[in-house]
Amino acid sequence: MNATSCNHAKEADRFTADQPRVQWHDQALWFVRAKRDTAAHAVEEWEQLRETASQIKRHTLARLPEYLEQFEENALRLGAQVHWARDADEHNRIVLRILQQHGVHKLVKSKSMLTEECHLNPFLEQHGVEVVDTDLGERIVQLRSQPPSHIVLPAIHIKKEEVGQLFHQCLGTEPGATDPKYLTEAARGHLREKFLEAQAGLSGVNFAVAETGGVIVCTNEGNADLGTSLPRLHIACVGIEKIVPRAADLAVFLRLLARSATGQPITSYTSHFHGPISGGELHIVLVDNGRSRIRADRQFWESLKCIRCGACLNTCPVYRRSGGYSYQHTIPGPIGSVLGPLKDAKKNYSLPYACSLCGSCTDICPVKVPLHHQLLTWRGEIVRRGLLPWRKWLEMKAVSWVLRNRRRYQWSGKLARWAVRWMPRWMLYNRLNDWGKSRELPEFPRKSFRELYRNRNGRNQ
Amino acid sequence: MAETSRDTILQSLRAARLESVELPELDPSWSQFADPKARFAQVLESVGGRCLSATDLPDANRQLAQLPEFQQARLIGSTVAGVDRVNFDVMGVSDPHELEPLDFFVAPGQFAVAENGAVWVSDAQVPHRALWFIVQHLALIVPADQIVHNLHQAYQRLRFDHAEFGLLIAGPSKTADIEQSLVIGAHGPRSLTVILL
Amino acid sequence: MQVGLFIPCYIDQLFPDVGMATVEVLEKLGVQVDFPIEQTCCGQPMANTGCIEDTRPLAERFLAIFRDYPYVVCPSGSCVSMVRHHYEAYLAGRPGFEELKRKTMELCEFLVQVLGVERIDARFPHRVGLHNSCHGHRELRLGAASELVIRPYNKVRKLLESVDGIQLTELDRPDECCGFGGTFAVNEQAVSTLMGMDRLQDHQQAGSEVITAADMSCLMHLDGLIRRNGKPLRVMHVAQIFAGRPLPGSPQATSLAK
Repeated sequence: MNATSCNHAKEADRFTADQPRVQWHDQALWFVRAKRDTAAHAVEEWEQLRETASQIKRHTLARLPEYLEQFEENALRLGAQVHWARDADEHNRIVLRILQQHGVHKLVKSKSMLTEECHLNPFLEQHGVEVVDTDLGERIVQLRSQPPSHIVLPAIHIKKEEVGQLFHQCLGTEPGATDPKYLTEAARGHLREKFLEAQAGLSGVNFAVAETGGVIVCTNEGNADLGTSLPRLHIACVGIEKIVPRAADLAVFLRLLARSATGQPITSYTSHFHGPISGGELHIVLVDNGRSRIRADRQFWESLKCIRCGACLNTCPVYRRSGGYSYQHTIPGPIGSVLGPLKDAKKNYSLPYACSLCGSCTDICPVKVPLHHQLLTWRGEIVRRGLLPWRKWLEMKAVSWVLRNRRRYQWSGKLARWAVRWMPRWMLYNRLNDWGKSRELPEFPRKSFRELYRNRNGRNQ
Repeated sequence: MAETSRDTILQSLRAARLESVELPELDPSWSQFADPKARFAQVLESVGGRCLSATDLPDANRQLAQLPEFQQARLIGSTVAGVDRVNFDVMGVSDPHELEPLDFFVAPGQFAVAENGAVWVSDAQVPHRALWFIVQHLALIVPADQIVHNLHQAYQRLRFDHAEFGLLIAGPSKTADIEQSLVIGAHGPRSLTVILL
Repeated sequence: MQVGLFIPCYIDQLFPDVGMATVEVLEKLGVQVDFPIEQTCCGQPMANTGCIEDTRPLAERFLAIFRDYPYVVCPSGSCVSMVRHHYEAYLAGRPGFEELKRKTMELCEFLVQVLGVERIDARFPHRVGLHNSCHGHRELRLGAASELVIRPYNKVRKLLESVDGIQLTELDRPDECCGFGGTFAVNEQAVSTLMGMDRLQDHQQAGSEVITAADMSCLMHLDGLIRRNGKPLRVMHVAQIFAGRPLPGSPQATSLAK
């Protein structure tokens, strides 16, 4: 099992080794969480909005095939072209075919976790297409040949000094420059050129409206918009769970999305694409890639309600201290720990355990995905499928055996308390004592509660 | 081939039946404001925009003339008739790439949203979609009586029955991708001024 | 009124005084406390590891032991949440299970909701920081979670505020997890430790002398870090404060020990 699986705790060690960086990472994300709190608390009907959003998603997922057909029909009527992809591979081939048909070898791209999931960039690059990620954070990680470490803030793990060095090497900025304003300006100049050269623009999609056939894209930088308004060809890649029934539903989701993500009342740009740009083409690629399977899963279908706001990452005390890469999955954090094992339970078996079950994610989720409950449910699945490391499994068997009998429990307790009191420190704090690596054990008392209680009552009677 | 995938996906979705719930009714009375105009101005400023009030177009021109971005602009375009100092004919441009040197652009906005400081604009108001994003500084002139309280009311006004690009603009282009430091002017306009007329 | 006292295994074995304090608090309020000796553990460690089949017999034992009490009271939000929210998988449909869920209560919850306690008759003249343990806070809803947009309330804090002489400190992050999380504390030792150290830092900057909580497990983890790192902090379960225990290490406590 260990050859093909990733262990979150081990991966986290790499990040936690640099404690000042962990603290900085934690505080940067907590700052975003605090902004979210202020924004959410300013909306009196926030909890009603969450419930409404959740119901819209439940309704839509139940009738997904009908809404997808309705969306397709309307999108076609408006002059868009609609493609369907069963999996990542088909998605990538569809995109490449469209690009090749138009002789495109320079593509600008805006943020899309779907294309990350499909590993579109390396595929297109292999086929001779230059792909430029235009979101500043995504461009930074692209220039470092890294994936995003967060779904909304792709470069949250990188310090400005590192961006300065990277831009000095790649964009020729002043050596030692660290001012975010200066560095952003340099990126603006660099990416302006890319926008002007691009022959096609590719974007992700936040929402696709069944009743209108339109796709909606939210950005702060305006990169998806500039990238699809200069070239005549726009490819929009949509996960099939992004459908909402009515345009009016957008109000509910847009009110929740940016507030949950960054604490803004709305993103700077909320673009509604209905049909292609005049004289151009709009290709919409509807992608399944495992979503229909998740939808059919009685335990985990609710994870498809996710609108990718990233709030559960920002609030997760584990994510903030272990970093996005420790999850070794396209989508990190609580939602990623639900989705990861759905993709590959064997590889991602440790993700549901990368969680203290604090429940903050469940309470912050704007569409009420019961995240920490799903993580707990996953643990049961991991054990049922025999994916838990045998040592842990055996430990639990033994503990359960002891606890099933009062006398076994009492004697084990007595023995342990006696042993710990008498054992020398070097023996107690041994290599296998993970608790004792950074913590003292509690002072083991001579008598248990039940002994004290019995003694007291004995005296009283 | 695309046909088969379509069928496969739809079939597999139909094979799994999920318990449906009713589509909830939406309540447009959520988030109402005593003074929507003041609220709009306040939120717009908080997201890095600027809100001005003008009595008429000459007044709007006077206020535009006082903006440093407008004063420094070399090339100015507009799709609002009667804006002063316009020297770039955006209507005459056939390739949107030629819009790159434009410094300042004035366009009409259809309505504003008090809740979040956004203005609705669409392709119907401009010859090129790129104008909203490629220009260095953007000003939107919005009728002062066209302010809705919230997004629910906004979508009650909007019809998406034909091919058209529309968007909500709330403030200038911005990013915080380097250490969460807010920087105004990522790829699009470095400033947004809304003039309520 | 008679209650069945549910003392979590780790309190029984490691923190007997928390159990005794619970008994004293309840008896002082006229409650007749009965501790059924057959109880061992609610099964949470197994359940949280996903070992459902190893949990089932413990859930069944629990129901058999406690089903006849009018109330089951426990000084741990986490273990109560186990019964109320997570036994469904093992006991759904069993006779007495629905009632068991309703009548199994965390100590503060029981004091406020059932006994209608508004003031605790105790004195504790110290600066106290409340750690809102997650399961009590977000599953039992003992307080309003900071994520939710609801009217603020906090049953544990309200009781603490009524203690004579107490000064409650204000934290930067009032309900962030301490990083205990059961087996999480050892499975993810590094992250768990960082989480705990951050909580301690928050309490120190807020001026807490004592960290208190309705869950001893969080406090066990925090205390382990306090003692390893020589931090000027102490931990006490809320029941110990309610029962009038002195601050550990204070002159009062020392003279009492003598």
